[in-house]
Amino acid sequence: MATITLDKVRKVYGGSVEAVKGVSIDIADGEFIVLVGPSGCGKSTLLRMMAGLEEITTGEIKIGDRVVNNVDPADRDIAMVFQNYALYPHMSVYNNLAYGLKNRGMAKDEIDRRVKEAARILEIGDYLERKPRALSGGQRQRVAMGRAIVREPAAFLFDEPLSNLDAKLRVQMRVEIKRLQHSLGTTSVYVTHDQLEAMTLADRLVVLSGGNIEQIGAPIEVYDKPASTFVASFIGSPAMNLLKVKADGNGLALATGTGLKGANVKGRDACTIGIRPEHLEVVSGPGEGEGIHLEASVNVLEPVGAESYLYSSFADGGDEILVRVSSHARHEPGEKLYLRAAPENIHYFDADTGRRID
Amino acid sequence: MKKVQFQSPWLPYLLLLPQLGIVTVFFLWPAAQAIQSSFYLEDPFGFGSTYVGLDNFKDMITSTDYGRVARFTAVFTFFVTVLSLGIALLLAVKADKVLRGASAYKTLLMWVYAVAPPVAGLIGVLLFDQHVGPIVDLFAMFGWKMQIGVNYFDTSFAMIVTAVWKQIPVNFIFFLSGLQGISKSVQEAASIDCRSGFRRFWTVTFPLLAPTGFFLLIINITYAFFDTFGIVDVIVKNEPGNNPVTLVYKVYLDGFRGNDLGGSSAQSVILMAMVFILTIIQFRLIERRVHYT
Repeated sequence: MATITLDKVRKVYGGSVEAVKGVSIDIADGEFIVLVGPSGCGKSTLLRMMAGLEEITTGEIKIGDRVVNNVDPADRDIAMVFQNYALYPHMSVYNNLAYGLKNRGMAKDEIDRRVKEAARILEIGDYLERKPRALSGGQRQRVAMGRAIVREPAAFLFDEPLSNLDAKLRVQMRVEIKRLQHSLGTTSVYVTHDQLEAMTLADRLVVLSGGNIEQIGAPIEVYDKPASTFVASFIGSPAMNLLKVKADGNGLALATGTGLKGANVKGRDACTIGIRPEHLEVVSGPGEGEGIHLEASVNVLEPVGAESYLYSSFADGGDEILVRVSSHARHEPGEKLYLRAAPENIHYFDADTGRRID
Repeated sequence: MKKVQFQSPWLPYLLLLPQLGIVTVFFLWPAAQAIQSSFYLEDPFGFGSTYVGLDNFKDMITSTDYGRVARFTAVFTFFVTVLSLGIALLLAVKADKVLRGASAYKTLLMWVYAVAPPVAGLIGVLLFDQHVGPIVDLFAMFGWKMQIGVNYFDTSFAMIVTAVWKQIPVNFIFFLSGLQGISKSVQEAASIDCRSGFRRFWTVTFPLLAPTGFFLLIINITYAFFDTFGIVDVIVKNEPGNNPVTLVYKVYLDGFRGNDLGGSSAQSVILMAMVFILTIIQFRLIERRVHYT
């Protein structure tokens, strides 16, 4: 059990490519942190620097009270779960689990106790004598988890551990990882590009983009108050509608010229407003009640079962807007639509920097 | 996969014919001839041959000369195989870790591979030359006066060094590609599980290289046995005398210098049997215990 502290950590490749640009995070003991972002945002590099698999160009990483910048990976008291499991193909499942313990000089019966215990928790007891190649993807994933658990490390590091599994198994393992982490209470850092995985697992999310932290916060905080247009469009599925607007005499106008009713631009000439698809309400006519009122026409109705998504556009073209409606709603392509968003559900972002305006 | 059916049942045999022809003409026929003549005593001038049963084999086994050559071949094969595999593995492991200028380094190491065995033997001879050889000069500085072609030990030494030098690049290429075939994340997982790089090598890297290593072991034994003919020939300069020669070279010496075709054939039959046994070992015993992943 330990805290992990990152202080202005930078990673520069080949003297010029800056993959991580001065990232600072304080991870509390027992916390489940998810690093999320698109590919190339530096999340894996950051994790690998914590593991000691990449050198830290500048800055400092502490695990507990110890600065680990120059500590060997094996001495950092961390365990890592890799995307492709990275099991030792020539060892049985038992030896895969025991290898790290043997190398640390642990007594045989203690190793045996820990391996059996991990096998019981992960339900892999029947496969202990098998080689990894005789296991299915889900079983290999469990073995990889087991290899981390038996070590009883200060921290778990997960590098996209579920992305090689099929959709059903992924959901199942996700729940299992969360349950496991709660019962063990081990500090965990988890890297993923899947925002749903990030939302469901994290105590706190770290949204990364281009080597910088865009936002740190509890999943629901990040969802409710995205710090930038990047976070707004990355977290939440389907993504938030972002509309470029200009100040108009009595309120707002879309960049394409269509007028919007209600709301204000917070004293600016132009900004970007964000509205989540579930916060757009289909109303019977124009201009009822507070908030923003939009007029659009239906392009496509996409039913996904529990709900349906309406892709619609404004009369003069421009941005497409996505509306979540009940799965029983009936809309025809070309149908005129009156939409309303309540004032508290409207997000404002700076037109140039994309940062949130409160 | 789509199954291809030949129109005529003879077409596949026709297509196989060139390969079968080559195997027959260059292997089966000479092999049959060798087996046959190993039971005959051939007239040195080719006027006829007499059936002598197993006499050729008896003579061979009882001859002290044959025993001496067989022992040398065993020692030679052992050193050539162990040294060329060991050195190549060491170089490959080091080359795998080189980041800057890796390709130039690797190319230089593979270069020797392009040298034909007699040429390698010739270069070896030059390096070990009594008057101008730099290696001889080098050892002379330490008080070792090498006499290649005269002193049995010195000649064996030169032969082994040249044969090893010639074989390292092949092994290097295979070991390097074997190393690069090991998953990077497996190596990283090992670096988290085990601090000692030495221990990590023997518990993870080496077992995963085993298929490559085993394949090379067979290749190297075969090489030391048969393909070193050119090196031996150039170093002993057609003057075998009391110099060390390998079994294959002795087959040539007895057959074409000594005109003892029967005895020479008997020796080659023994060699054939050895290759046969080696092949069986390869497929039956060891391959089963090696992990192919």
